[in-house]
Amino acid sequence: MLDALTVAVSVAALALAAWCGFAAYRDQPTKDWHFIGMAVVTFLVLAQLVVGIVQLVRGEKAEEGTTIFVAYLLGALCAVPIAGFMSLAERTRWGSATVAAGAVVLAVLEVRLFDIWTVG
Amino acid sequence: MTGTTETTEPATARTRLVTGPGMLLVWLYGVMSVGAASRSVYEISAKFDEAPLAYTLSAVAAVVYVFITYTLVRGGETARRAALVCCAAELAGVLVVGTWTLVAPSAFPDSTVWSQFGYGYVFIPVLLPLSGIWWLRRSRTA
Repeated sequence: MLDALTVAVSVAALALAAWCGFAAYRDQPTKDWHFIGMAVVTFLVLAQLVVGIVQLVRGEKAEEGTTIFVAYLLGALCAVPIAGFMSLAERTRWGSATVAAGAVVLAVLEVRLFDIWTVG
Repeated sequence: MTGTTETTEPATARTRLVTGPGMLLVWLYGVMSVGAASRSVYEISAKFDEAPLAYTLSAVAAVVYVFITYTLVRGGETARRAALVCCAAELAGVLVVGTWTLVAPSAFPDSTVWSQFGYGYVFIPVLLPLSGIWWLRRSRTA
């Protein structure tokens, strides 16, 4: 369940990065549709946070430790919303570029989360 | 009255550094700040004895990132100059630490943020100060 969500968030984050990157390329600010996309990605990360904590409560262990695991889950949750707010303050292509960078950061965090959780 | 508002109110007279590309830059510096700071707090509190040099250098990197983020958000000519100096220090730090980790890997049982020129962070640590210096030089006010 957690691994499936990690893959889903990674794919969604990369799609968001491509989409907002395309908007930046076309010299456009973020629009309503982009914010709906950010909301979808954030919802997936929230689901991942809940599932991750439930797994921990059930007694499963993250390979690299609980502290790091939870810290990365929280960091992943914040990345896209903060970039989204910054794009509201910067209504140019650079706002879109910031959201694209935020989504890439999220994808990197997901790769790390996979390593942190998985034994081996 | 209307003509003098700019000079009487320093807050509006300050050069805004967080516009256009500056927004992307402040986001990346913010990410590196959070990443380096949380990493070094964890490493220093949990396992400082394993690699004291590496963890201290990571903490230094964190301080530099946090300070540059702050100056970028604050804006103004003084902050711009301070940020410029710090970007240069950051670049020097990345180059020195990066070379150091390659020449004497035995001194580093664990990696730092700036190990191998920031390899662990997709080389962002070496690219960030370069784009920072470019942006800060460009936004110098006339």
